Amino acid sequence: MTRMFARLRIVIVMAALAAFAAMAVPATAQQPTSVNPTASSVKEEQLFQELQRIQGRGTIPDKKSYVLEQPEGRNWQAFHNNGMRWLGAIAILGMLALLVGFYLVRGMVRIDGGRTGRTVVRFNSFERFVHWMTATCFIILALSGLNITFGKQLLLPLIGPGTFSAWSQWAKYAHNFLSFPFTLGVVLILLMWIAGNIPGKVDVEWIKQGGGLIGNKHPPAKRFNAGQKMIYWIVVLGGGAVAATGYLLMFPFYGTDIAGMQFAQMIHGCFALLFVAAMLGHIYIGTIGMEGAFEAMGTGEVDTNWAKQHHSLWAEEALARQKTEPTVPPPAATPSMTPAE
Amino acid sequence: MARMKFLCDADRCIECNACVTACKNEHEVPWGINRRRVVTINDGKPGERSVSMACMHCTDAPCAAVCPVNCFYTTADGVVLHSKDLCIGCGYCFYACPFGAPQYPRVGNFGSRGKMDKCTYCAGGPEADNTAVEYEKYGSNRLADGKLPLCAEMCSTKSLLAGDGEIIAQIYKERVVKRGYGSGAWGWKTAYKETIAS
Repeated sequence: MTRMFARLRIVIVMAALAAFAAMAVPATAQQPTSVNPTASSVKEEQLFQELQRIQGRGTIPDKKSYVLEQPEGRNWQAFHNNGMRWLGAIAILGMLALLVGFYLVRGMVRIDGGRTGRTVVRFNSFERFVHWMTATCFIILALSGLNITFGKQLLLPLIGPGTFSAWSQWAKYAHNFLSFPFTLGVVLILLMWIAGNIPGKVDVEWIKQGGGLIGNKHPPAKRFNAGQKMIYWIVVLGGGAVAATGYLLMFPFYGTDIAGMQFAQMIHGCFALLFVAAMLGHIYIGTIGMEGAFEAMGTGEVDTNWAKQHHSLWAEEALARQKTEPTVPPPAATPSMTPAE
Repeated sequence: MARMKFLCDADRCIECNACVTACKNEHEVPWGINRRRVVTINDGKPGERSVSMACMHCTDAPCAAVCPVNCFYTTADGVVLHSKDLCIGCGYCFYACPFGAPQYPRVGNFGSRGKMDKCTYCAGGPEADNTAVEYEKYGSNRLADGKLPLCAEMCSTKSLLAGDGEIIAQIYKERVVKRGYGSGAWGWKTAYKETIAS
């Protein structure tokens, strides 16, 4: 009986094996069909058409590594190397050419009738401090910033890569650290002088008369004329934009993705270059462009003739105020008086 | 002269991250720096695809073009390398790179960047080949010994190929013909301005 069961077991097993073999034979007899297991997966071209970049998921904490490909990087680089360089070159060299040309034609704008020797206070010490702090920071920020865009073309061939890298490294540190006092200065300038820089009817008249740039007219102006108001708003709005984008660049990817960073850099660079061009004009008119202008920010006091010519409406109030509250004692000797002792 | 390239066969990558681990170990890459990474698209959905990505060593590398201190150079093999001595850590190469290859240690103030680090194709840097200084800064130099990058050598499915561009393109084309499908060489159009028809 057991022998019969044993034989039966063997037969069943053999039958099962034969069945498997029978099932297997048709499969091996087939040719391999090219089934594409990744047919439903995305393709690179398709992703480029849908979105400008390819992004997925990764396994590391660095979230920006999940972007696989962002070809707009090449476009940004082309703009930075080409478009922005041309913008900067044209704006800055163009402004320099304009200023040199203007100076050669017009020369320094003199005070009509010469100096009286009497002065009136124009800017107090706090205003001057804020201006000079912001201005000094601006000069260093401008030079270190221009180095990033133009340095390797203009400076690197002269001083060699080792020195140039060392200079660029320190320029970068200066740029990052001085951004703070510069931003503080812009904010203080905004608060200090906003009252005097709101555009008005007087400014329209001033602009119509060309601000006295051509001819010898002296259109009336209050404490700040229209040209100065333009500079004010360039500093506040342009400087604000440059500071904001600058901080985005300095704290990278804190809320921006790669496209945001590229955009921030483009705004920062373009606005900064235009800012530099505008400030060249401001520096010109405040130094060699106009006699008696520098003292306004230098000592804080300007000649009364200068005040009456260039800021007549302000001069009236300021001189009237000075008579009632004399803060400046009258000078000991005037040119008309000769000591006849 | 060989023109070295990377090719990741996106149809074979299984996201095992052996390439990532091999690279990190071989070059003792510090924590937080990721020279090579695996990105998975449509993770968990049907049609999930993974691609291993590091520096592609582009023709006309945009990183080299944008660098304000010109710290990049391309070797005779087409490998894009840079000098950490000249690098000022400005970060522009990362904005320009289509593949996100440059990495920066966060060592400065305001979370600012230290010297840039990236995949070197296992070819070291400007220092003399296979010196301790070179290893410290850039990792091991396998190319100088005639070896190929470790990530491709360690790939478990041979999806990541590294070597002369012509040879690996040929290998990939043969694969596509044999199995009957292929999604193309990802990144080749952006990096080398050429495609492998699939």
